[in-house]
Amino acid sequence: MTKHNKMKKYGSLFIATAMLTGALAGCGTDDSSSTSSGGSGNSASGDVIKIGANLELSGAVASYGSSINDGAKLAIEEINAAGGIDGKKIEYIPVDNKSETAEATSAAIRLAEQEKVVAMLAPATSGNSVATVQIANQHKVPIVTASGTAPNVTVNEDGSVNEYAFRTCFIDPFQGTVAANFASNELQAKNVAIFADNASDYAKGLAASFKETIEANGGTVVAEEAYVAKDVDFKSTLTNIKGKNPDFIFIPGYYEEVGLIVKQARELGITVPLMGADGWDSPTLVDLAGGDALNNTFITNHYSSEDPDTKIQDFVAAFKDKYNQAPNAFHALGYDSVYFIVDAIKRVDGDITGEAIQKQLAATKDLSLITGTFTVDENHNPVKSATVLEFVDGKQQFNSKVNP
Amino acid sequence: MEWIQQLVNGISIGSIYALIALGYTMVYGIIKLINFAHGDVFMLGAFIGFYAIARWEMNVFLALVLAMILCAVIGVIIERIAYKRLRNATRIAALITAIGVSLLIEYTVIFFRGASPEAYPNVFSKTNFEIFGVQISTLSIFILSISIFLMILLQFIVHKTKIGKAMRAVSHDADAAKLMGINVDNTISATFAIGSALAGAAGVIFGIYYTRIDPLMGMLPGIKAFIAAVLGGIGIIPGAMVGGLLLGVVETIVSALGYSLWRDAAAFVILILILIIRPAGIFGKNTREKV
Repeated sequence: MTKHNKMKKYGSLFIATAMLTGALAGCGTDDSSSTSSGGSGNSASGDVIKIGANLELSGAVASYGSSINDGAKLAIEEINAAGGIDGKKIEYIPVDNKSETAEATSAAIRLAEQEKVVAMLAPATSGNSVATVQIANQHKVPIVTASGTAPNVTVNEDGSVNEYAFRTCFIDPFQGTVAANFASNELQAKNVAIFADNASDYAKGLAASFKETIEANGGTVVAEEAYVAKDVDFKSTLTNIKGKNPDFIFIPGYYEEVGLIVKQARELGITVPLMGADGWDSPTLVDLAGGDALNNTFITNHYSSEDPDTKIQDFVAAFKDKYNQAPNAFHALGYDSVYFIVDAIKRVDGDITGEAIQKQLAATKDLSLITGTFTVDENHNPVKSATVLEFVDGKQQFNSKVNP
Repeated sequence: MEWIQQLVNGISIGSIYALIALGYTMVYGIIKLINFAHGDVFMLGAFIGFYAIARWEMNVFLALVLAMILCAVIGVIIERIAYKRLRNATRIAALITAIGVSLLIEYTVIFFRGASPEAYPNVFSKTNFEIFGVQISTLSIFILSISIFLMILLQFIVHKTKIGKAMRAVSHDADAAKLMGINVDNTISATFAIGSALAGAAGVIFGIYYTRIDPLMGMLPGIKAFIAAVLGGIGIIPGAMVGGLLLGVVETIVSALGYSLWRDAAAFVILILILIIRPAGIFGKNTREKV
């Protein structure tokens, strides 16, 4: 609740500032600059359509933001090479939010007010995305997060939908449920442990839905431990968990800590399967943990580059051509987010405004993208399938696909 | 068995705290400066070690020595540029400068290489051995022995060499030492060199043990080392060692009891308690202020 009040407070503070600057600007000059707060959002003029990106290009989770950026750039290039949207080229404007919420907010303001983008990619993490939702609603510029999986990005705690917020990834509780079902059905796990990052809503959301599903499946949670981001020593807690003899450990969190947890768990002689979600997906995880330690670990993810589907294989080939590496899920989601926005823009009749794009995004149906074919539901979440991947000697291998 | 394992875990992290605390306590002992930039020299050491091992393909021991030498030089430069002219200034001015130097180092590193973390290469084959169900890796043994070796070396330098004698003299009374013909500036530089070399060594060891290093990694261990130094009695070398090990073990016990989220808080509670109950630390003597 307090978070919301805070958001509202910042929101009203922001409106007040905007009105004040508007009033001041109105003194001497014509009023062309203050249209952004009202009306129907920014609109595309001339023969370019501006799409912004508010991403973590440096800082703690730079790996996610830069991956999304690379994927998005490939998509923009492809679309422009194919003639753009009805002859109009797309101009892509990425801004670094330094992996900080305050920077994310100001980057969103800059994109909406100065760059006048008609839509933007929202930050990679849920927390940073939530920080930009208010700006999107006020300026009527739709935002699409590629990997912000917490439910509260698109839906407020009171159940109301944030009109201008969308995503191309699935939400946290879904991944927790998939992981729990995988543990009980595929791995026959009975006594499980949970070791979650207590500093992130993402990890807490996953842990809660995992626990609910595993208990519904007849399993027992023998240990529930927590850590906070930036910790480096997990051995004492892992020793505790080991003492409870679990046959499966669920570790929702981000790669920076998870890499160390997996390494230290194996050093302590914990050999049972470990599982996480898309927060594990980074090459840095393999560097931190080492390929050996990662054997017998699983993640749920948005897609796998090993998936035999031809559409996916074409994307993988194009990506390898440009960047000389296999695309990970964040690359694919960044790429998909651009196509998701462009698909909506193509369906707009008349002026391309933020408001018109928002209506089309919400009406997206059976759109076939790299990370699956999806339809946007009433909460602005895509309904699509999840993929389970297994690490084998540091490489991700396609294990199975799970439908919602 | 679990408790013995926890003790092993605690000693491993404690020996790293101890190594950083040694440098802290030496500098404080000689010029009464709380050198907040010490944790950042530790970070620089970790990065020098990383580049030496991963990029220039050096042997671990060579990398350790290189990191120690470069950190010693950096320590002396910091002292000469930032602290020397403040030697007769108020304590608070020196303290604020130290915080400034700390931030300067952190953000200079971020400017040059970004803030993303780096993973240390795996330099030791993972041979674990088991004693009565307790997993001990050769790595923790290596870390503990390096730490103990460096501590003994330090004790030897301070108590058996000429420069050590000079350090003790300056620490006792800088003015009197000057009258006795001791070059106070050089002695202080030597103190910074040795302290920073130890921080650099701790950085490399930390990198090897925990794998992940980043430009802001020095903050928390730096503060923990400060707590360790205060706990053992700031300015006292064996105190820093005992304080570091004790802090590591206490943190591990707090986690082991299931309060892992309180671990950092516990360290600060220790700091507050020790300052209230026994400000001179475990090994310190309560001395009266000279009037």
